[in-house]
Amino acid sequence: MSVIIVLLIASVTVAGIFLAAFLWGVKSGQFEDDYSPSSRILFEDKPSSSTTHSKQL
Amino acid sequence: MSMQVEKFYYDNKIVRAFGYATVIFAIVGMLAGLWVAIQFYAPAASLNLAPTTFGRLRPLHTNAIIFAFVGNCIFTGVYYSLQRLCKARMFSDKLSWIHFWGWQSIIAAAAITLLLGYTTGKEYAELEWPIDIAITIIWVVFGINLFGTILKRREKHLYVAIWFYIATWVTVAMLHIVNSLEIPVSFFKSYSWYAGVQDALVQWWYGHNAVAFFLTTPILGLMYYFLPKAANRPVYSYRLSIIHFWALIFIYIWAGPHHLLYTSLPDWAQSLGTVFSIMLIAPSWGGMLNGLFTLRGAWDKVREDPVLKFMVVAVTCYGMATFEGPMLSLKNINAISHFTDWTIAHVHIGGLGWNGFMAFAMMYYLVPRMWGTKLYSKKLATNHFWLGTIGIILYAVPLYWAGFTQSLMWKAFTPEGQLKFQFLETVTNIIPMYITRSVGGALYLTGALIMAFNLYKTIRQGKFVANEEAEAAPLLREAHPKREYWHRILERKPVMMLVLSLVLVAIGGVMELIPTFLVKSNIPTIASVKPYTPLELQGRDIYIREGCYTCHSQMIRPFRDEVARYGEYSKAGEFVYDHPFQWGSKRTGPDLAREGGKYPDSWHYNHMYDPRSMSPGSIMPQYVWLLDNKLDTSSTPAKIRAMKTLGVPYPEGYDKIANSDLMKQANTIADNLKKDKIDTPPDVEIVALIAYLQRIGRDIKAEPKTQTAMK
Repeated sequence: MSVIIVLLIASVTVAGIFLAAFLWGVKSGQFEDDYSPSSRILFEDKPSSSTTHSKQL
Repeated sequence: MSMQVEKFYYDNKIVRAFGYATVIFAIVGMLAGLWVAIQFYAPAASLNLAPTTFGRLRPLHTNAIIFAFVGNCIFTGVYYSLQRLCKARMFSDKLSWIHFWGWQSIIAAAAITLLLGYTTGKEYAELEWPIDIAITIIWVVFGINLFGTILKRREKHLYVAIWFYIATWVTVAMLHIVNSLEIPVSFFKSYSWYAGVQDALVQWWYGHNAVAFFLTTPILGLMYYFLPKAANRPVYSYRLSIIHFWALIFIYIWAGPHHLLYTSLPDWAQSLGTVFSIMLIAPSWGGMLNGLFTLRGAWDKVREDPVLKFMVVAVTCYGMATFEGPMLSLKNINAISHFTDWTIAHVHIGGLGWNGFMAFAMMYYLVPRMWGTKLYSKKLATNHFWLGTIGIILYAVPLYWAGFTQSLMWKAFTPEGQLKFQFLETVTNIIPMYITRSVGGALYLTGALIMAFNLYKTIRQGKFVANEEAEAAPLLREAHPKREYWHRILERKPVMMLVLSLVLVAIGGVMELIPTFLVKSNIPTIASVKPYTPLELQGRDIYIREGCYTCHSQMIRPFRDEVARYGEYSKAGEFVYDHPFQWGSKRTGPDLAREGGKYPDSWHYNHMYDPRSMSPGSIMPQYVWLLDNKLDTSSTPAKIRAMKTLGVPYPEGYDKIANSDLMKQANTIADNLKKDKIDTPPDVEIVALIAYLQRIGRDIKAEPKTQTAMK
């Protein structure tokens, strides 16, 4: 049954790596912009008028 | 900064095609479901025809719902939302249509072959090897189209829904390939590469993740697109969506063994499955709460809009099912629930509630928009909602009751220490619940028919927009972004994300599978366990063909009642020659793991002809055709050779003489039957099936005797 120890070590290591990555992500401000992506999908991208083919941004 | 805005067109035609297929296969799949539900209390509804008997019709129902209905629903939603989220038309129209027609051909081939009895005998992976290959090809086509669109997108940020689509594509590809490894015997017959315990672990690793990555992650992706759009509010917490995505895909892959609690699977693997199943509550509820909280302050809209009504119940059902699932993964609860209708109730909360209602909501959302009109009747849609909701309750509650009741009856002992109930009594007791369940299913189906009518009328009053005009600025390569966060970089690199997701998922899979394959101590071999004789092998293939595993388990758990009812509990070493394993997952009929030698050959003959002649009140269908069908012995040599390749120790050159052994054994059984006044030729299918049934679980019975002899 030594394999269960190998499994435990492996899974705890993997879980640890992800925990570290997550904490690093939070600390480095990765999740700061958590508003604009969710709002952006609500805007339609239909052409604003049928006559203009390009516009200034 | 100024830049040219590009004008382009979304492809709505492909969305329409997948949408039509969704509605058609919803109705087909539910009809098949209702039909098998009726067979539970009216066995004559099998029509005494092989293709319409439960064992073949049930896989048709599950495959139609999962891969035809939900599959087409996923593609409808992905093709609609992906284009809009990427601000780009699909990568290739040609690939879109190859995907569409390829998938529908696979469904047609699946329906025909399943009804004809071509099956691998592995739940939710029943399709035979040529169809498996076709699925792989079409899935790759879908993948190229998916990633191609992502690569040519005009929106830098990958919205959360797209991650779910990517995870779905990657994981399903891997699951499908690993579980479908099989050795072809003929064009429509193959044997699983794995045997017994190993096959069971691979199968449920696949089976559970089919639920996770076909019925959950893509639908969550649809939820993250369609729910905010329908409510016109941003998702409650974008941060939560990121966290629960990663947590979900990492944890899900480990949970498979919870389908095998108390079986012969090594204990550590069972515990691993339980632990990860419990952990799954967190990310699952993260998704549910994120969905429901999106509607905070917008509940007045829910009162008005049928689309939101469906979504609220769908997400709630998702929450209930993902709470119940971990609970069912606890060994003490699983000891009660497993093999009963409780499991069926559980999956239908997910299927009818989560998948079905999300699909309906999406269709009600899409059709008016793509046809530039309003829904024909809000009232009919609301009626559909209520019919469906009441249908779910009438479906699930009786089955919870049935499962719990039956399990307690199985486990009941008299004060004298005898089993209190015959198996059949535990079945006839719950028949009223089976009837109510089918009423619930019928209501749900009626709702779906109303939807089809409502959508048809909506389409008639609108005008289809085949190519929807849109405009957006092209994606510019930033020279050197000031500060980049790792997740942002990842989001803009789909290929890297694909690789990372694959690595994540593979770690889970490999860690669980490799040890079982490599550690010999996990599969103790038992000296008395021998390969099947050629006749038994042919009989076993008939057992698989007729889908006996859909109602009968072959796995006696180490419980007092099961040992008293069926015999010695099952050992891992007993299944080493079982390609595929046939442990089953439901006991509508009794376990058959120790069936061999329990009854005379003539009992089985009469029982297969008319089960009620041997067990009055039985709900088993008749298998009359087995009595007349000639046994196809031409396949014997190929089958023996295939088994030899898989490591089954038949003697060298045995394939050449296997059929003469087969006939010898068949003649013995025919002679046996003659003694009981049954006149049958030896070369019919029933004889082979009897040979197999009389063999199951017998080898180990010889064990104690040899041991005493050695002492």
